[in-house]
Amino acid sequence: MSNPVGQAGDRHAMLHPELRAEHDGDAIIRNGQRLDHAEGASTPLHSQPEKQPRGARIHGSRPVDQAEAAARFIAAPQHEKMHDERLWDLRQKRDREMHGIPEWEELRSLASAIKEHTLTRLDQYLEQFEANARSNGITVHWARDAAEHNRIVHGILKDHGAKSLIKSKSMLTEECGFRAYMASVGIEVIETDLGERIQQLDNEDPSHVVVPAVHKLRTDVAEVFSKTLGTDPENSDVHYLAEAQRDATRPLILAADAGMTGCNFAVAETGTFVVCTNEGNADLSANVPKLHIASIGIEKVIPRLEHLAVFVRLLSRSALGSPMTQYTSHFRGPRVGGETHIVLVDNGRSERLGLSEFWTSLKCIRCGACMNTCPVYRRSGGLSYGATYSGPIGLIIDPTFNAKKYSNLPFASSLNGSCTNVCPVKINIHEQIYAWRRELVRRHEVPMAKKAAMKAAGELLSHPAAYRAAIDVADAALAHLPRFVIYNGLNAWGKHREVPHPPPQTFHSWHQANRGGAS
Amino acid sequence: MSSRADILGAIRLNRPQLERPLPAVPLFDGAPPPSLLAAFKDSVQGMGGLFLDPPASGDPFAPVRLKIADAKVVCSTVPEIGGNRNIADVRAPQDLADVDFAIVRASFAVAETGSVLLSEANLFINAVAYLAQHLIVLLDPADIVVNLHHAYRRPEFRDRRYAAFHTGPSATADIEGVLIHGAQGVRSLSVLPVAHVTGRSIQSPETTA
Amino acid sequence: MRIGLFVPCYIDAFFPAVGIATLELLERFGHEVVYPRDQTCCGQPMANSGFNAECAATEALFVRNFSGFDYIVAPSGSCVHHVRDNFDAIEQTPQVTEVRKRTYEIVEFLHDIQKVEALPWARFPHRVGLHNSCGTLRGLRHATASELHEPFFSKPLDLLSKVADIEFVTPARPDECCGFGGTFSVFEEVVSTKMGYDKVSDHASAGAEYIVSADTSCLMHQKGCAERIGVHMKFIHIAQILNGASS
Repeated sequence: MSNPVGQAGDRHAMLHPELRAEHDGDAIIRNGQRLDHAEGASTPLHSQPEKQPRGARIHGSRPVDQAEAAARFIAAPQHEKMHDERLWDLRQKRDREMHGIPEWEELRSLASAIKEHTLTRLDQYLEQFEANARSNGITVHWARDAAEHNRIVHGILKDHGAKSLIKSKSMLTEECGFRAYMASVGIEVIETDLGERIQQLDNEDPSHVVVPAVHKLRTDVAEVFSKTLGTDPENSDVHYLAEAQRDATRPLILAADAGMTGCNFAVAETGTFVVCTNEGNADLSANVPKLHIASIGIEKVIPRLEHLAVFVRLLSRSALGSPMTQYTSHFRGPRVGGETHIVLVDNGRSERLGLSEFWTSLKCIRCGACMNTCPVYRRSGGLSYGATYSGPIGLIIDPTFNAKKYSNLPFASSLNGSCTNVCPVKINIHEQIYAWRRELVRRHEVPMAKKAAMKAAGELLSHPAAYRAAIDVADAALAHLPRFVIYNGLNAWGKHREVPHPPPQTFHSWHQANRGGAS
Repeated sequence: MSSRADILGAIRLNRPQLERPLPAVPLFDGAPPPSLLAAFKDSVQGMGGLFLDPPASGDPFAPVRLKIADAKVVCSTVPEIGGNRNIADVRAPQDLADVDFAIVRASFAVAETGSVLLSEANLFINAVAYLAQHLIVLLDPADIVVNLHHAYRRPEFRDRRYAAFHTGPSATADIEGVLIHGAQGVRSLSVLPVAHVTGRSIQSPETTA
Repeated sequence: MRIGLFVPCYIDAFFPAVGIATLELLERFGHEVVYPRDQTCCGQPMANSGFNAECAATEALFVRNFSGFDYIVAPSGSCVHHVRDNFDAIEQTPQVTEVRKRTYEIVEFLHDIQKVEALPWARFPHRVGLHNSCGTLRGLRHATASELHEPFFSKPLDLLSKVADIEFVTPARPDECCGFGGTFSVFEEVVSTKMGYDKVSDHASAGAEYIVSADTSCLMHQKGCAERIGVHMKFIHIAQILNGASS
């Protein structure tokens, strides 16, 4: 018997081997080893130029049609294959890291338990965090929602006469629509994370919580930079593009009036907030201008320093398959001559805390491992979800922001459960996706035709005689069986697949003939 | 009602009434590597850092002197090696933008991850570790801890205002997974293992306040 | 033992050979296999779409049909997962709890209860790719999931390794979902079929002649995908191989 199925497969086996680049001139080799730390790919990939597919079409609060956007992404095969292989590689790297840590599952259990404990006493830990931060010289603000967050930050900037702001990546600021607000009040915001900067210059949202431009090919980036930074439109060499961005952004960093970061963890015991990056751009944003503002979601707090070890050991391994981010920075007080403000933001989190089936989604540490493993996400692209948070975690938290707009999202899942298994804090993501389906039906956020079809199905399936009459005729089976399972008819099954061939007789008839129908 | 009161009130109302005890976190140090320095070297190299093997004899700082030989601006914060930009004279972080090499000493390092810890006590002006093109870090091998669980017991996290783990140089692979060093920060990070020199230290605005 | 055989709706209608193989296989081990003729469905298609209340009558019918057996066995991991883990549209009486607890998928039953040691009648001289459906893999824990740090085990492989002359090949992504996902296959049919094309191509590249699975719904979806894109592949249910099918 050959290689047992299901074992950690050959790391270099690819679904699309045609993407493997022949030459690896880009590789950084040390001691004969190809480096793939940070979010580096473990095998070189190459793409052909192709027009970039754009994300979901948003019409106010009308339900976002994720399936439609996903279909357009799949119709761009260069983009879809690269996206799929790249993120699957991150998932494989994550597995490699996992196998190197014998206590991996114990760390996950600890992380989950620490977060759940903290959430059940969130008010106490927030008060402790605030008290310590303030005694260290940090100014603490509280924002009920996105609008208040934006107003508070604007107020701080106005008080300091700041007109330009450099910032590092923060999903919370994305959630708050921060850049658009700042543009409306005339403050220039410069994203310093390469992926975020690409997206900002392209007027597009980030597509992934950790690698914001993962859906773009190098030729897409070349096009964006040629229009905004004046680079050569024919040159899509990645080193060239990255260097161009470094050169263009550095003067903006040096001239900025203020710097803003997000926060990965907030330690109650010491009033410290922790920011993890690979580029060091959070450290530049915090340490070059005099004024440092940090946006912190209230669920980021953890009790003690010793708990940081658990989360830091899990975060980068889960996100990128790298043991640590290049920079893990602990801010406990403003630097001499500097000023630090933090804004603690609720924006629906305290409400989500009260949902008995969904409160554990607040454990999320924004690692993106669920996105990397999700077979739907990898083939759809993050922008197909039309929301700040995409992929599996998006499916379970977006409906809390807007149940109507995101009512389709929990159905953009095959419920395979891989996300739950990779989640470092053990959120039962696929079970919450399932629970959201029930919840949305209960709240009448599903189409009436679907509801009617399901009701009819329930009737048919609970009346054996009627059911038998419907399917016992072999030909009729093809016409009848799929209809109640698949409400929009046979067409949908057969659009991209061959339909099953009806057999000469059903099992029911066979049993009647061969076992005398005894029951 | 203030936002603070609103938010805390909402949390108190909504928090799950469930027993979720805080677990004890082990140190996970049951199987330490035979040499912390060798393990650190392996880790830091895997993360793109450079490890400068100390010469068998002669000047222990020779590898560093070699590196900075052709540099225009060298800013050293350590007494062992001189530079041509005195950090004590720098008033604004922006004045460090033209630094080619910064030389600092780490507070300690972590074998598990290949990280060095730099705080304002090491950097004097924090931005020097990010604006310099290249960073050279002196590390006393006696200051290496086995893993992050041990690291977070160190006093730096309780008495420093700023403490950052550097694990290799600035990096990104945001474009098609192609690994770049020097994304926004330093293009290279080199570590030289050499013990502390006691006595001389540099006074600067960042540490006297 | 007295076993109630549950043959899911789509197996009844499209893949009766799977139901027949399951029945014959259980009879080979000396069990009395009863097929309650009033059975219809476990309610999964509606429950998976969030319509839990609409399942109640179907679930109640299931319990009425399957009360009083030592075990209820079905050749479908997703249906068994639904019955054991999500069957809650009806009041959980002791009768309901008993039926739920005793419902097993065929591989589970043969491995955990029957503790099969040999299958002397089984020979399958072909190269096969094993597809563990997500329902059986992560729902019923048929085998190690590659995301978890745990020692390797596989109930289907244990059973299949007792089949003479069988040869296994491993695709690049052994346990990535194939895209069936129940109603997902229709509500997100472009993504679903792309996943299916990828899955069958992966097995074909690895050299599989057959894809074998404990879940016919996955096989049905994969077959439809393979035929559409012209990938040469044959599909067979694990019960058929274990029961002595040669092709």
